[in-house]
Amino acid sequence: MAAVAAEDAELDVDGLRREAETLRSRLEEERRKSNDVQLRDVASKLEQVPPLQMKVRRVLKGHQGKVLDMDWSIDKRRLVSSSQDGKVIVWDAFANKQERVLSMPTTWIMSCAFAPSGDIIACGGLDNKCTVFPIDKDLENPERKKRTIAMHTSYMSCCRFVKSGYQILTCSGDCTCALWDVDSSQLMQSFHGHISDVLCLDISPVHCRTFLSGSSDKTASLWDIRTGRCVHSFDGHDGDINGVKFFPTGESFVTASDDGTCRLYDLRADREVALYTKDCMIFAATCVDISKSGRLMFAGYNDYTVNVWDVLKCVRVGRIYAHDNKVTCLQRSPDGTAVCSGSWDTTLKLWA
Amino acid sequence: MMDRGNTQMERIVMHMQEEQDGVPIRTVKSFMTKIPSVFTGSDLVNWIVKKLDVEDQAEAVHLGSLMSAHGYFFPISDHVLMLKDDGTFYRFQENLAKLQRMFARKWEFIFMQAEAQANDLSRVDKKRDKVERKILDSQERAFWDVHRPVVGRCFDDVCEQFGDYEPFLSPPEPSNPWITDDSSLWEQDKMGENREIPSRRVRKWSLSFDELLTDLAGREQFLKFLEKEFSAENLRFWLACDELYAVPLKDVESAVQEIYSEFLAPGCPSPINVDSKCQAIANKNMEKPNRYTFDACMEHIYNLMKSDSYRRFIRSQQYKDLIQTKKKSGAGSDKQWSLVPAALGGRNLVAKLPSLPNRNMDGEVLGELSSSGNQWSLRNKQPSTSAASSSSDGL
Repeated sequence: MAAVAAEDAELDVDGLRREAETLRSRLEEERRKSNDVQLRDVASKLEQVPPLQMKVRRVLKGHQGKVLDMDWSIDKRRLVSSSQDGKVIVWDAFANKQERVLSMPTTWIMSCAFAPSGDIIACGGLDNKCTVFPIDKDLENPERKKRTIAMHTSYMSCCRFVKSGYQILTCSGDCTCALWDVDSSQLMQSFHGHISDVLCLDISPVHCRTFLSGSSDKTASLWDIRTGRCVHSFDGHDGDINGVKFFPTGESFVTASDDGTCRLYDLRADREVALYTKDCMIFAATCVDISKSGRLMFAGYNDYTVNVWDVLKCVRVGRIYAHDNKVTCLQRSPDGTAVCSGSWDTTLKLWA
Repeated sequence: MMDRGNTQMERIVMHMQEEQDGVPIRTVKSFMTKIPSVFTGSDLVNWIVKKLDVEDQAEAVHLGSLMSAHGYFFPISDHVLMLKDDGTFYRFQENLAKLQRMFARKWEFIFMQAEAQANDLSRVDKKRDKVERKILDSQERAFWDVHRPVVGRCFDDVCEQFGDYEPFLSPPEPSNPWITDDSSLWEQDKMGENREIPSRRVRKWSLSFDELLTDLAGREQFLKFLEKEFSAENLRFWLACDELYAVPLKDVESAVQEIYSEFLAPGCPSPINVDSKCQAIANKNMEKPNRYTFDACMEHIYNLMKSDSYRRFIRSQQYKDLIQTKKKSGAGSDKQWSLVPAALGGRNLVAKLPSLPNRNMDGEVLGELSSSGNQWSLRNKQPSTSAASSSSDGL
């Protein structure tokens, strides 16, 4: 009985799969027909970006293991980083000093975040949790005051504070994202829709009402924070989406993927509008960020480099041999004056 | 997070081993022996430079070294897996690709079996829903395709507007702290109320309403301006609602009550300028107060301020006085604006603003374009289909 049902189900699945494929190719055809003037063509009348002279300005050494994530403080000079070695370090990057070193009971802290209020940090990873620590200057033992905020059923890949210090968004290998209240550790909203691990998220810079997620199901989704609804889903990538970032105006975003490419998607046009790649770029893009004006895009890759792209002209304008191992995280400072990159080579470097 | 660079790498390695088009592989005679099937480092580097669009020799060496580290080829007389751009001999690892493929397939097979065993029937339903959703999505998309804006133009305009404020292209004033080790740029913000605000920062407020609102000094100045016009309650309401997102959950309800009694309740001290519809929504939401209670009113007030008070502020004497605080070139206010670097095509940023009189407005009037763009997005987009269109500037 079960065998027959299983067979029917399988035939059904195949039929549905074929139908989905036909729809997909029809959609692509329609998109191409009504295709706009290419971004590249519009940008052709713009001046070229002058050659960038980005140099390493600070090297932050202190982690004993691979650096997995970092987040800037809104004061533009401090940042927090987390590592495979189980340590979370708060740095005054400008002074190249370690302000705090927090030890977690588990290794592989895949994400860390700095609250806008500047007094707490969040972190988590393979422990499936998100933990917050207060980091006021006078506090003796922050580890004692830590609290578990979020619980997932698989690893937590990314956590970010929503505007204030009072809500955290997390995404996880359990295919969901979730919104948590920091004070009460309550689950405020959960976001279902991805069919595989969710690897990254970014909150809209314009208001706190929407956020993006990138997943190993090769799609990026835009969510309404309040209702939990997936507003729109964007496909196009041929590999896991490791990084996602809003454009400064909040009307478009860029993604970095295992397929070695970065792509620009527009929310209003509902589609991909630019592709950033070269034939020789075959290593996964792991992280991405946009400069303050939106003209430049920085992406970190598994070939140990950071590439700088002209967002409009879709050409590479800089290549930094940044690290001695894979680049895992990258973020420009809040005022756009520097870019920080973290790597498996255990260091973080600041570029300007 | 499997690195799919492997398949692309394999493709390149296959290409490298092709008879006609690949890296020249030969047997080298040396003393009494023959070294079969080798190629030199420089041959490989030259091949990469020719066939893949690398920028320079260094990039080719870097890429080749990484491929070597993955095991696709190796130096025949050394154990260090690195590529050198010279006469060193290397050989391709024949079986690696085959082995990797074999194991990859095995894993896929195991996975499929496990999936079949789990036999989750609900998956079928999910897929069916997905198909239906795709149909609906495609119909919706087709509808918006008719009404969508010109994508390319919008990016273009945004980047140009903000190009002058791109720290990596035009150094900030007084300097980029990371480069000069001087943190005065950040100290500026911490100074008291009577500090002098740099003209460049003031100019930024004219680029968009959001730029004014996100700058603390901008908010202060805007509030001062509105107080003179006796319409400050709108901004105070908006700022109070914005603060709600930063309030701990336990304090939200009381904060919401405060806002309501100050700005919305009948007979309140600072009634704000909302229509009856927004008032009704707010009244209803007060039954279950939360952070989002005043969203509709906030949006209404935001658009009101943007289309009315903001424009008048940018045209006001107060704003002009702020801009004139530091005369750069000394020859008069006209000259100030030509400091746009040539890198941006030498275009006059100010030519794009509709509100400043006595200027030659050659070139597009960008200000008009973006605001009409926003009006488009309010008029034609149904609120239920896109949360992103709600209150963001139509740039």
